[in-house]
Amino acid sequence: MRKALMAAVAACGLLAASSAVQAQEKLKIGVMATLSGALTSGGEDGVRGLQLAAKQANNKIAGKDIEFIIAATDASPDSALRAARKLVEQDKVQIVIGPLSGSEGIAMRDYSKTVPNLVMVNGSSGALETTFINPSPNFFRFNSDGAQWMAGLGEYVLKDKGYKKLAVIAEDYSFPYTQVFGFALGYCKAGGQIAQRQWVPLGTKDFGSVIANIPDDVDAVFLGLGGGDAVNFLNQYSQTGGKAKFVGGSIMVDQTVLSSKGAAKRLLVGTPSSSGVADAWDDPKWVAFVKAYQDAFPADKRFASPSLFAANYYNAFNAVAKAMDKIGGDISDGGAKLRAELAKTELDAPNGRIKLDDNRHAIATTFITEVTELPNGELTNKFVKTVPDVPQTLGLSAEAFKAVGLPSRTNPDCKP
Amino acid sequence: MAIADPRPATYAPRPREGLGELLARQGTGFWVVVVLLLAMPAIASPFWLVQIVAYAMILGMVALSLMFLGGYGGIVSLVQMTVAAFAAYLVAILGDSAITQISLKWPWWMAVPVAVFLATIFGTLSGALSVRTEGIYTIMITLAIASAFYYLCLQNYTIFNGFSGFNGVIPPVFLGVAWGENIPFYYLVLACAALAYWAVIYCARAPFGLALQGTRDNPRRMAALGFDVVAHRIAAYAFASVIAAFAGVLLVWYQRQVSPGTAGIGPVVDILIIAVVGGLSRPIGPFVGALVYVILRTFSLDLLTAAGLDGKRYQLVVGAGFLAIVLFSPDGLVGIWQRLRERHRRSREAKAAQMRIGGGGP
Repeated sequence: MRKALMAAVAACGLLAASSAVQAQEKLKIGVMATLSGALTSGGEDGVRGLQLAAKQANNKIAGKDIEFIIAATDASPDSALRAARKLVEQDKVQIVIGPLSGSEGIAMRDYSKTVPNLVMVNGSSGALETTFINPSPNFFRFNSDGAQWMAGLGEYVLKDKGYKKLAVIAEDYSFPYTQVFGFALGYCKAGGQIAQRQWVPLGTKDFGSVIANIPDDVDAVFLGLGGGDAVNFLNQYSQTGGKAKFVGGSIMVDQTVLSSKGAAKRLLVGTPSSSGVADAWDDPKWVAFVKAYQDAFPADKRFASPSLFAANYYNAFNAVAKAMDKIGGDISDGGAKLRAELAKTELDAPNGRIKLDDNRHAIATTFITEVTELPNGELTNKFVKTVPDVPQTLGLSAEAFKAVGLPSRTNPDCKP
Repeated sequence: MAIADPRPATYAPRPREGLGELLARQGTGFWVVVVLLLAMPAIASPFWLVQIVAYAMILGMVALSLMFLGGYGGIVSLVQMTVAAFAAYLVAILGDSAITQISLKWPWWMAVPVAVFLATIFGTLSGALSVRTEGIYTIMITLAIASAFYYLCLQNYTIFNGFSGFNGVIPPVFLGVAWGENIPFYYLVLACAALAYWAVIYCARAPFGLALQGTRDNPRRMAALGFDVVAHRIAAYAFASVIAAFAGVLLVWYQRQVSPGTAGIGPVVDILIIAVVGGLSRPIGPFVGALVYVILRTFSLDLLTAAGLDGKRYQLVVGAGFLAIVLFSPDGLVGIWQRLRERHRRSREAKAAQMRIGGGGP
């Protein structure tokens, strides 16, 4: 028994040692993804997006072999901080791709300021404050924030769908605040009303009281949930036999939910939403991306089509790869050249053109979509229209946008 | 639940023993650990120094407070991590953080004592609430307090700033030393952990500690002898809360931030796991358990990917590791160590006895 144990320990030691030797010639890239908690399925798809991008680049950036070092988080700022410190201090990475979730992003903005040589490219986090308030000079975000992903949805829902009064059910943290904020800006200006907002903790299992609290006199319910929470809500709502119409937040009608098991997701058919991707967009670049994603992973190890997270991590990798190619892969200067190059990098991404603003934040396309059922029973987001080149201020002047205030549980007020 | 080492109870109390005598009685193992810990900055990388060893000592302090309650008082309290998190929050709220609209910006020498004091009161009150219950009911009540606190700081924005919590909590600069730097922070944590360790050992041998162990083994008889069992248990909560509160202050300086994730049900239960895995019978147990916990948590994902397995099952490794420890040794890692030593001693004695017999033969 003891001998076997010693042998196992020795084997582990050898493995660790051999991987350390190999790593020396490689370019190490730290990756943060939510691999536990409510957003696990999204984190796993984000990693798939990265793997796909790396595969398309033959596992090389600027001629150097790359190695991903993945650190798991659970969407809480604490876990993100621990993961980032491990990547930077133990694995000595100079480039980090991540994090995935909103409040993690805010924590990383402040952390990246304390490590000036680090180059941090956001994975998929979408809180407004991450790049809008005291932005960090070495934090880059090649995806829109939660408010940008909602651009144009409010007007669409009010005018084309005729939903004049809404209730909101969303998770209680920065990303859903940002989503509701972006939605309400357009929706309320166009004349819509938000009658009630219910904020539930991330990782809520029991939605009974929340469902009972939905007012009767609303035209639809805006759902700003994600991952496991979204599926739990839908299951419980279908059990109560509710018939409300929904409006979906970006990760509510994402493939992380639409590819889930069970019948409850069918409640979402017909739900309008908007996001940084649209599953069934017919643009050739997007179609090619979906095809590559489907070919790269066996059908039971992926979603029907890449989720928003996969697309965002994919773009983040390609942004790093493009900038590194331009500077010949030279980050020996503490990453200064890479940062300068990243700031002016423009991506011709599968989900439209992406360029950065002065806060190193994406100006990108938003897609308005509607959930439909395919003949084979899979759910997909039918493409409705694009809103091109959405800036972080959503088309308002910087002053007017600041005057609205920051996303929170109550801002913007949307009473008649 | 007589899980603590019963030996101190059978010793005659030695209240007059000084620190020197205490140190003189320690074996070589003790001195090896002391030298190793003191020389750690010279041998370990900054990551190991702070992210592994210092973090393990902070968690070890929280688990130590549970070990004190559980091992000497027979009370399994799940509120210790909450006390630490409360102290951490208070340091962020009273002191300085990046959330300027809430933080009061008191200097650290005001914020820290008030934080420790209030967290101690909180821990003592929780103790007073749960002290009349035993065993699983204590666990239930303290778990309820812990989850109530978790949801309070998750959903309250006016004081606790909700899901995001407080970031940008910087350790103070004092006596010309920036205590947030790796090496000073390591020694600060080491000093606090050593002090807490010594305080628990001292307290366990003081009349109060002996009486507490009496209430653990036979509360009725202690009551008949004239000891106030409830008062002793509440006092034990207060003592344990001080240790947990100091650990909380160190924790917020270590993380540079605090958010509900620190006080969640996961971390609360993790402290129990740490204490059990390390061993509830001796004060060193929680520190050993914390070290194992931190190492498993940090490296299990790498271990899996290095072995060519699917990295997303990393929590399985963590769980299996703890299960193996508890399965092979119900009294934790310290129990394994003790048994190994015992076996070694016995085999040596047997050998010596054999030698004597052999020597005495023709």
